[in-house]
Amino acid sequence: MSQKAFGRSKRRLEDPRLLKGQALFVDDLELPGMLHLAFLRSPHAHARILSIDKAAAAQSKGVIEVYTAEDMGADYKPGFLVVPPPPIEGLVFNERTQWPMAKEKVRYAGEPIAVVVAEDRYLAEDALEKIAVSYDVLPPVVDFANALDENSPKVFDALSDNLAADALQTKGDYDSHRDEADLLVSEEFRYERPLAAAMENRGYVAHFDQRADKLTLWATTQAPIPLRGMLSSYLGIGESRMEVVAPFIGGGFGPKIMILYSEEMVIGWLSLKLGKPLKWIEDRAENFVATTQERGQIHRAELAIKSDGTIVGVKDEFLHDTGAYNPYGLTVPLNSQCTLLGPYRIPHYWSRFQAVYTNKTPVTPVRGAGRQHGVFVMERLLDLAARRLGLSPVEIRRRNLLRPEEFPHCHGIIYQDFSELTYDNGNYEPCLDKAIEKIGYEDFKSAVQPAEREKGKRIGIGLATYVEGSGIGPYEGARVTVGTDGSVTVATGIGTQGQSHYTVFAQIVAEQLGVPLERIRVVTGDTRVFHWGTGTFASRGAVVAGNACHEAALAVKEKILFNCSKLWELPQDDLELKGGYAQSKSDPSKRISLGDLADQANPLRGAVSPDAKPGLEATRYFGPEMGATSNGVHAAIVEIDPQTLEVKILRYLVVHDCGKVINPLVLEGQIHGGLSMGIGQALYESLNYKENGVLQSANLHDYMLPTALDIPSIETDHLETPSPLNPLGVKGAGEAGTIPTSAVIAQAIDDAFSDHELFLKNAPLTPSAIYAALHETVAV
Amino acid sequence: MLEESVSKMQISLEVNGEQYSREVEPRLLLSDFLRHDLGLTGTHVGCEHGVCGACTVHLDEVPVRSCLTFAVQCQGASLTTVEGLAASNGGNLTPLQESFQDCHALQCGFCTPGMLMTLTDLLKRNPEADESEIRNEIAGNLCRCTGYQHIVDATLKAKERVG
Repeated sequence: MSQKAFGRSKRRLEDPRLLKGQALFVDDLELPGMLHLAFLRSPHAHARILSIDKAAAAQSKGVIEVYTAEDMGADYKPGFLVVPPPPIEGLVFNERTQWPMAKEKVRYAGEPIAVVVAEDRYLAEDALEKIAVSYDVLPPVVDFANALDENSPKVFDALSDNLAADALQTKGDYDSHRDEADLLVSEEFRYERPLAAAMENRGYVAHFDQRADKLTLWATTQAPIPLRGMLSSYLGIGESRMEVVAPFIGGGFGPKIMILYSEEMVIGWLSLKLGKPLKWIEDRAENFVATTQERGQIHRAELAIKSDGTIVGVKDEFLHDTGAYNPYGLTVPLNSQCTLLGPYRIPHYWSRFQAVYTNKTPVTPVRGAGRQHGVFVMERLLDLAARRLGLSPVEIRRRNLLRPEEFPHCHGIIYQDFSELTYDNGNYEPCLDKAIEKIGYEDFKSAVQPAEREKGKRIGIGLATYVEGSGIGPYEGARVTVGTDGSVTVATGIGTQGQSHYTVFAQIVAEQLGVPLERIRVVTGDTRVFHWGTGTFASRGAVVAGNACHEAALAVKEKILFNCSKLWELPQDDLELKGGYAQSKSDPSKRISLGDLADQANPLRGAVSPDAKPGLEATRYFGPEMGATSNGVHAAIVEIDPQTLEVKILRYLVVHDCGKVINPLVLEGQIHGGLSMGIGQALYESLNYKENGVLQSANLHDYMLPTALDIPSIETDHLETPSPLNPLGVKGAGEAGTIPTSAVIAQAIDDAFSDHELFLKNAPLTPSAIYAALHETVAV
Repeated sequence: MLEESVSKMQISLEVNGEQYSREVEPRLLLSDFLRHDLGLTGTHVGCEHGVCGACTVHLDEVPVRSCLTFAVQCQGASLTTVEGLAASNGGNLTPLQESFQDCHALQCGFCTPGMLMTLTDLLKRNPEADESEIRNEIAGNLCRCTGYQHIVDATLKAKERVG
């Protein structure tokens, strides 16, 4: 008998292959006669290319040919704007997308200039050293704070300055109501973002099979279907002549989304030209410069608040560093702008951002995707106001949390999915209560901290709240098929990079069809199998694709019940699906396996009714009218070494509400992983660009990813407030761990130095940043 | 610049109990040799400079970074890769691998082979390893998905399983 599948901690179905080293990743592919690519990349952030001499390289051992932008002739064109600007009145947007290889000018260190095709990668890299490029090095735009200065160098000669976008969004009327406040707090905040740093770098294998007249691309992509659409269009071959396969992917975290990377354009173009299988695998040094990143914002923000702690409004103006190109539009700064509002009642909001071009690797979403920038600003403003008003950090938040009766709550500004930012529902205060109880907030403040302080220890507590806009549209689809052997195949278009789709989608389908989980096979990320949909990003997989799986399973169930009802002449409500069988509740002799039913539904002889559809199969699509809003509270206790200012996290608690939980163990994994990335960006990780725009920390020795010694044991708890926007009642959870972490830890460090009135304004919160902040506020 | 006419060298070695003889260039990395010459793609390459630990294999029963080892250094050696773990357990997942599945200690699975090789060695040397010893041991293996906690849980559980 099948047992309930949905809502249980199930072991993952995909694990045995991964554990035995038998799962296919892109670099594992070997095709006969395969050639290998290596890219020559610019060592300069900003330079004119005066000449490229590739003669010696072309003669190098094992080299087939060397290509530059010039060689692409009429095929040379830029990539696409993947995400167009949203419908915001008065918006300025200057579109500049990346090129397959730089032609006259390089705009970031790492931009491809030439590609070598050779018999193996070693030989291809030998040849790279023989390409001679002569540059006229130009002054680069590095510190984005100065990018709009009149005398700044320009990333694009044809633009009048480095402005990529300018967007103002308002809610209510901040300026007219500012006077109602008893207190105004304003501050400047700088928030830097690190790399995604998936453990698997990017990679592609492309093969244009002339006999089949079809290009197949195996890609480390989060979005195989859009990649197929964009690249086939770029190459002018039409979607039907191209397939994209995303096998197992070693982590995504954003940058493996649809970007139409330079290397994708080049490998596609070469593949048509050469007709041989080609492979390019990014190495780690390349990943630091060639894979998109998220980076800094500088906010100048003001909070208007009454003496009882009630928020009147917020005014925020920020600069966003978008790097050298902006193929992904304004998703990141829009997320910052919208997520700043958090779980609070904010009647008046004025927010303007300017995105600026710099001579650095392009910026696109990385887990959290700008949400944490906004949350950092809002939470820090509340901390400052709480301090001035004599309220506790908990109390000032409690007084402004939206109450259950205020949902749906429409903020009226435009979100990343281009609809009006609206929260579906939530129980924000119970989340806060749970967090303060579990972390022992009051006891810590009244007993633990004073006692530890007596011993000379610097320990502090921090707590912050957040919302996570998740599960955005437009849509995903799924096809559920019962095989004649009784197994079930679930096909969906989104790629998978570790989110446990093979298991959670199976759980959703098992719940309806009563089939043992092990009999369900999920296929994702292969356009040969399913070719409608977008991809895995914005915490949307479980919500959007999950509900499509659910709807398709329901449709198959209906068909099974209909067929059985006809077969046995029994009413449908007498039938049930259990353990891979359909059976009658009243007559135990009436029992048939789903495999036999599937066989009967696909007759090889005889006649069927004219409108009959074969098999036990259904395809359904799910497109939510808007995203579902998860929420939560993080709390942490930290200790700071008074000598080294090193921060140690003693406890970290996440109380989270993402609606109905499909698999608690998988959800916990998502929270842990997100939080680990959040801790990395709060305390350790930083992209340090030198003044010449070249990255100083382009290796994993200097760039500090958190290790098992840096991440504490994480405590989690959940509330379940089902979303009314989808039949499963689920909300996203992929980014929840990442969003408020820096705000929580900043508050906790401040708290440990409350006698110094420390107030941290810049993340990451490194020992040197804390030292600088302490010495700004304390006379030494 | 590298000389182009490098002579190849003959190496013979044992991997997961099987004997192999191949002609390789002296500069060929062990990771590339295992993955592309022998087709043992379970060993993953995450950084190529010895930091991430995904490429960890056992060389004469000692964990090494195969991206920092030349294939020619393994002449006459006996190697075990992730494919060899279950193979040496009758084709079934080892207790550590089973515990990884039970505890959701892997998400994308890319770092997993290296984690398994490091921890298999730890549990062999120190079957009583506690949480702090486990965390210390895997501090040289990077994981971006799990936050490490479930990996620690799985290792503690594997200990119980064997014990």
